[in-house]
Amino acid sequence: MTSALDITQSVKAPRAVFVNFPLGHQTGKPNEPELQRQIVADAMRAFDTITRPGTIVELPYVWDANDRTWEHRDYTKGWMPERPPHDLADAMEAERIARYSRP
Amino acid sequence: MPVDYIPRTRDLYNDFTPYRWVVNETVPFTPLKKPIAECKVAMISSGGMMYRDQPRFHREDSSYRRIPKNARRDELNVWHFGYPTHDAEQDPNCVFPLERLRELEAAGVIGELIDPVFSFMGGIYSTRKVRDELAPKIVDELQRAHADAFYLVPA
Repeated sequence: MTSALDITQSVKAPRAVFVNFPLGHQTGKPNEPELQRQIVADAMRAFDTITRPGTIVELPYVWDANDRTWEHRDYTKGWMPERPPHDLADAMEAERIARYSRP
Repeated sequence: MPVDYIPRTRDLYNDFTPYRWVVNETVPFTPLKKPIAECKVAMISSGGMMYRDQPRFHREDSSYRRIPKNARRDELNVWHFGYPTHDAEQDPNCVFPLERLRELEAAGVIGELIDPVFSFMGGIYSTRKVRDELAPKIVDELQRAHADAFYLVPA
């Protein structure tokens, strides 16, 4: 799949499927399994239907029919949320490791 | 209109040396030998998924993780600096559709989901690292698993 049409057109992948969603959502929205399943099923179908090298199939799913502001913000300055400070990130990481080490 | 990410990247990183985008002239293409419903399918996500206490990724990291295909959602974590990971943390299937692939395997849409599935952290500036360090290891995994098709999911 590709989340960036212009990059993949330049790279010339053998075959690709594109969903016009914000970065971080190429296979769907959180906790919407039906949408996710449709996207992935369409991607699997494309393995059978794409015969011309370099084809990029654009799937018809729309992120939000009433709000396209994400298209202006995606991958622009300030689009990312604040990262946690180093020591908090390290503490969260230590907690993650400990969680899986507990019997 | 789909977003043009090449100019966006240039603007976002305009303090850095301009990135040299990969421009290929030809398309490598091998037709599938069988319908996808008969294929062994491998999956990789560039979204930075880790299984249980697997080490976290770091910038310019050409390592990858092997994640059991039956991993539970609560055994998956995300680390990536290049996209907002909040939704992937809530539901990894946004960038790592493991649960959906298991369902499609059970339904016969794909022949088999290869175990393990793979993930790496796609925020790697060096094309050389990806091409010369990461990609050959993944190719090796795919050959050992006798993969018929490879599903690459970007974040």
